[in-house]
Amino acid sequence: MSDTSVIKETISTRAQTEPARVGDYFALLKPRVMSLVVFTGLVGMAVAPGTLHPVLAFTALLCIAVGAGASGAINMWYDADIDAIMERTKARPIPAGRITANEALAFGTALSIASVVLMGLAINYVAAVLLAVTIAFYVFVYTMWLKRRTPQNIVIGGAAGAFPPMIGWAAVSGDVSVESMVLFAIIFMWTPPHFWALSLWRDIDYAKAGVPMLPVVAGREATRKQVVLYSVLLFPVTIMPYFLGFAGIFYGFGATILSTLFVLGAIKVYAKKDEGSAKQLFAYSILYLFLLFAILLGESLVKAVV
Amino acid sequence: MSDDDRKKKLRTRNWIVGGILLALVVLFYFITVVKMSGP
Repeated sequence: MSDTSVIKETISTRAQTEPARVGDYFALLKPRVMSLVVFTGLVGMAVAPGTLHPVLAFTALLCIAVGAGASGAINMWYDADIDAIMERTKARPIPAGRITANEALAFGTALSIASVVLMGLAINYVAAVLLAVTIAFYVFVYTMWLKRRTPQNIVIGGAAGAFPPMIGWAAVSGDVSVESMVLFAIIFMWTPPHFWALSLWRDIDYAKAGVPMLPVVAGREATRKQVVLYSVLLFPVTIMPYFLGFAGIFYGFGATILSTLFVLGAIKVYAKKDEGSAKQLFAYSILYLFLLFAILLGESLVKAVV
Repeated sequence: MSDDDRKKKLRTRNWIVGGILLALVVLFYFITVVKMSGP
C-alpha cells in the first residue's frame, strides 16, 4: 500500500471530534481562487455587448462563484491524501480532520449541480453549459487526470481557470465569440508562469507529495526558461483586446506596460536564480491579472456612462 | 469539547444555514419577478 493510499484511508476513517464550522465549508470553496474567478467573470459580463438586469447579473456571478468553489471542494476531496503531505495545504479542512472527505464530495457535487441548474434556468443555457464544462474540466481533466501524471498539468488544466470571463460574456450575450475567447486566452497563457513561479520555491513540497510539477520533473533551470517563454507569449495575447476593438487606448497602453514588466520580472527570475525574484514574480502575476481586468472593467464603465 | 459548546456550535451553524436558505428564497423571488416582467 502506498503512502498516499494509507493517508487517504486514515482521512476517510478519521472520526470527527467536533462539528465542522461554516467557515470550514467556506474554506472548501477556495475563497481566494473564487475571488479572482468572480472578478474575471464580472469583467466578462461588463465588456460583453448587451445588458443584463442587475438581479440576473448578481445571480450569474453567484453561479460562477459557487460553481468554481464547488469544483474546489471536489478537488480537495480527491487530493486529500497529497494535501495532508504538503505544508501549504495540510491545514485544509479535510486533512486537518474538521470535515470528512465524503462530506466534501457531497457538498461539492450538490453545489456544482445547483449552480449549473440555476445558471441554465435563470440566465441562459450557453452560460450553464460553459459552467458545467469548467467544473468538469477542473475535476476530471485537471484534478483526476493531469495533476499527478504530467508536468504540463497546469498548462492544460489552466483552461479551467480561464473560463469565467467567457461564462460572464455568455451570460450577457448568450454566445461565445472571438472576444470572449481572447479573454480566455489571456488567463490561459498567464496561468503557467504564475504557477511555475510559485512552484520554483514550493518544489520540495510538491516532490514530497509526488506531484510532477515542472521544477520537480525538469528542474528549476528548465522551469525558469519556461516562465520566460510563456511570459513572452502572453504579451501579444494581452494586447489583442485593443487590436480587436473591444478595449480602448488606455487598456492598450496599460497592457503593454504591465506585460513588459511581467517579461522583465521573468527575465530577472531566470538571471538571478533566487527564491526572492520567483516570489516577487508570483506576487506581481496576481496584481498583473487584476490590473489588466480592472482596466478593461474601468473602460467599459466609462463607455457605459459617456 | 463540552456538550454545551457542541450544542452552541451546532446552533450557530444552523442559524447561518437558515440565513443562507432565506437569502436564496429572496433571490429566487426576485429572479421570478424579473423573468416574469419579460425582456
